[in-house]
Amino acid sequence: MSLLAATDLHGGYEGADILKGASLRMEGGEIVVIVGPNGAGKSTLMKAIFGLLRIRQGQILYKGEDITHAKPEQMVRRGVAYVPQERNVFPSLTVQENLEMGAFLLDEDLRPRLEMVYALFPKLRDRHRQPAGLMSGGERQMVAMGRALMMEPQLLMLDEPTAGLSPRLIDDTFDRIQEIQALGIGVLMVEQNAKQALSIAHRGYVLATGANRYEDTGPNLLANREVAELFLGG
Amino acid sequence: MELLVDLLQLSIYGIVLGSILTLGAIGVSMIFGILRFAHFAHGDLMTVGAYVGFSFLALTGLPVWWALPAGMVGAAATALLVDRIVYQRIRRTQPVILLISSFGMALILRSVVQLIWGPQVYSYSSDIQRPWRIGDITIIPNHVWILLAAVLIVAALHLFLTRTRMGKAMRAMSDNMDLALVTGIPAERVIMLTWLLGGALAAGAGVLLGMDSRLTPTMGWNILLPVFAAAILGGIGRPYGAIAGGMIIGLAMEISTLFIEPSYKPAVAFVIMVAVLIVRPQGIFKGTL
Amino acid sequence: MELSGIAAYLVSFLTFVGIYAILALGLNMQWGFTGQFNIGIAGFFAVGAYASAILTVPDSPWHVGGFGAPFLVGIVGAMVVSGLFGLLIGWITARLRTDYLAIATIGIAETLRLIIANETWLTHGVRGMTNIERPFAGFFEALGLSSAVGMLIVVAACLVAVYFLVERARQAPWGRVLRAIRDNEIAAEAVGKNVGRFRLEAFVVGSAIMGLGGALYAHYFGFLSPEAFLPLYGTFLVWVMLIAGGSGNNKGALLGAALIWSIWSGSEFLMSATLPDAWSGQAGPLRVILIGVLLQVILIARPQGLLPEQAPKTVPFGKAGERS
Repeated sequence: MSLLAATDLHGGYEGADILKGASLRMEGGEIVVIVGPNGAGKSTLMKAIFGLLRIRQGQILYKGEDITHAKPEQMVRRGVAYVPQERNVFPSLTVQENLEMGAFLLDEDLRPRLEMVYALFPKLRDRHRQPAGLMSGGERQMVAMGRALMMEPQLLMLDEPTAGLSPRLIDDTFDRIQEIQALGIGVLMVEQNAKQALSIAHRGYVLATGANRYEDTGPNLLANREVAELFLGG
Repeated sequence: MELLVDLLQLSIYGIVLGSILTLGAIGVSMIFGILRFAHFAHGDLMTVGAYVGFSFLALTGLPVWWALPAGMVGAAATALLVDRIVYQRIRRTQPVILLISSFGMALILRSVVQLIWGPQVYSYSSDIQRPWRIGDITIIPNHVWILLAAVLIVAALHLFLTRTRMGKAMRAMSDNMDLALVTGIPAERVIMLTWLLGGALAAGAGVLLGMDSRLTPTMGWNILLPVFAAAILGGIGRPYGAIAGGMIIGLAMEISTLFIEPSYKPAVAFVIMVAVLIVRPQGIFKGTL
Repeated sequence: MELSGIAAYLVSFLTFVGIYAILALGLNMQWGFTGQFNIGIAGFFAVGAYASAILTVPDSPWHVGGFGAPFLVGIVGAMVVSGLFGLLIGWITARLRTDYLAIATIGIAETLRLIIANETWLTHGVRGMTNIERPFAGFFEALGLSSAVGMLIVVAACLVAVYFLVERARQAPWGRVLRAIRDNEIAAEAVGKNVGRFRLEAFVVGSAIMGLGGALYAHYFGFLSPEAFLPLYGTFLVWVMLIAGGSGNNKGALLGAALIWSIWSGSEFLMSATLPDAWSGQAGPLRVILIGVLLQVILIARPQGLLPEQAPKTVPFGKAGERS
């Protein structure tokens, strides 16, 4: 059984469908990347899966259970975490408080989970009392991912995790994503740095005008000349 | 020299008034931070708290300070009830609709107070306090207790906001509502808590105001403008800024009586607020504009 | 009640409806068309009332003015002064969220009330201004009409004039831009509309209309004191009227004024007829609660009001593009 299977999704914002028949499937522990031009509906697809948008038609299964109309809170409870692209930390809360919020739904001692996140992002341990709003873009992205990992999810959804980062930090972020995947967590991400993202991905989807255009393994998509010309900038 | 004495004396009054304004402004700021609207019934919530405290004393014969917890319970319950019956149902539309609703709620609450307690004026205690004298300065014992009570309430709130899970969740929601939603923070529970705390703080302000002077049905409405001024000055949506805002407005209002008619005190608050809106609309501490 | 008593009551009732309808149309210009939140209507109302009174009353030893100017000068002066207050407040709050405008307007209304109560040289303070005359009394007398009926005719004429003015404005390109700004500020800005300026214009026009309402009230009542400008009468009832009638719809503003004033004044009769004597002191708060609850019920059950807005075809600005 697939970890996640979305079939023929239609929906979007009030009045206008952005998604027009998008589908997606991923197995546990995979890295899956969604690429495509601006306005293709990549972020919309992710938001729709997480229950942030109204889905008019289609079905989403998570571990075989229907979650088409599940709310974000229920998604978090089921083990799905989502990191928005922008405004993805609580700026006036300290780093540690941000992480604690990630596990708000749990009524237990959070120290082992904090240790897990600090092991992955040692820098956050040094800065754990600093307000997240005072950190750099790269550090904030770490806080955001750390927050999402606090529930020990089985599926982590990242919306453009490298947007606005320097090349060195982009490399660093992709390294971390591979480390997260090595923990057995499935990672679904939308990325503008399509080539680099596909190079670490097990599989990828190319979305255009709200529907699937191509789907294949990461290396195959990278090797596909049509995809390269049309969507990966040559 | 005489001026200095007057200034010091008025500063004491200013700090007392400031601590009352602070309690009101923190509530206004918290509600704005989470629900994104200026709560116009906040002053009348103070009145409700003050009167509930008064009735509790009349019924039980307990010492005056019991008015504080009793009023806080009363106003917190009122705030929650108003939210459940009215605000919650219109929250989905634009926040400004809540503003209209809260303006109407202000008049409803005040009229209910008039209906239950009548138009006459009450006091918590008829005892006349002998002031303490330090040189030329006189200090009324009640003023010390008012300040102390306000400090304790603010300290308790601070501990709650920084040490407890729900307190942190409240700050998180005020910071970033959308992220709180995707994080799994239960918005409805946080909103209910915000009303409970906002109502309790309003009652704190109302009871302390009643101790400083007397209880009238319009006591809360009359102080609403300075409370808003304090919240804006501190940066609306920033509970901690409200402390500084409250103190500045309180001091300015009292010290202004050296130069102008005391009846213009609320206008002083208004003028400062307008100046802030022109020069630095986000307040001293960069509120959520 | 005698027939003449009923007739007199009816004249007074209709005059009040007319004045409130003018206020509601002014508010509709600000809130209904533009989404600007003014809860200091009482302030603009008071400014208009006092401005006209000071300009028109005969010389008085108690306060400034006594210019003895004609009625028309009084109402024009009232509109100009209220408009200027609107300009000031609107300019200060133009860049800010509407919550700040709400707080600022209530601030100016309360401050004005303090000034009216305290500056006796200007307004004769709480003792109030007297000798404000009804307009064209001699003319109506020659026609065999009482000054009250004459006042009603003047109010009706003003109401008709204001109604056609605002209705015209609503359908004109200017009104369409205002609605576009209200509904989607970013899109309106994107097509090059000076949002702040349009907003300010609407706010000033609305304030001037409220000032006219105040002037008419002053001349009808003949006596002014700060009591008349408490938020309840000056602001709250007008809001309930507009919301009940349908904000954004000028006909709704008229309907709301007639309906809510009927309920408000009718409730007075009802309470004095039904409440036991011991409760007679409670009639005031009970009436406020009645109107307050009515407002909440409308907001919950029918927020668009009895006559919802029917916008003429809006300029096709298009929706702001959604990011994927």
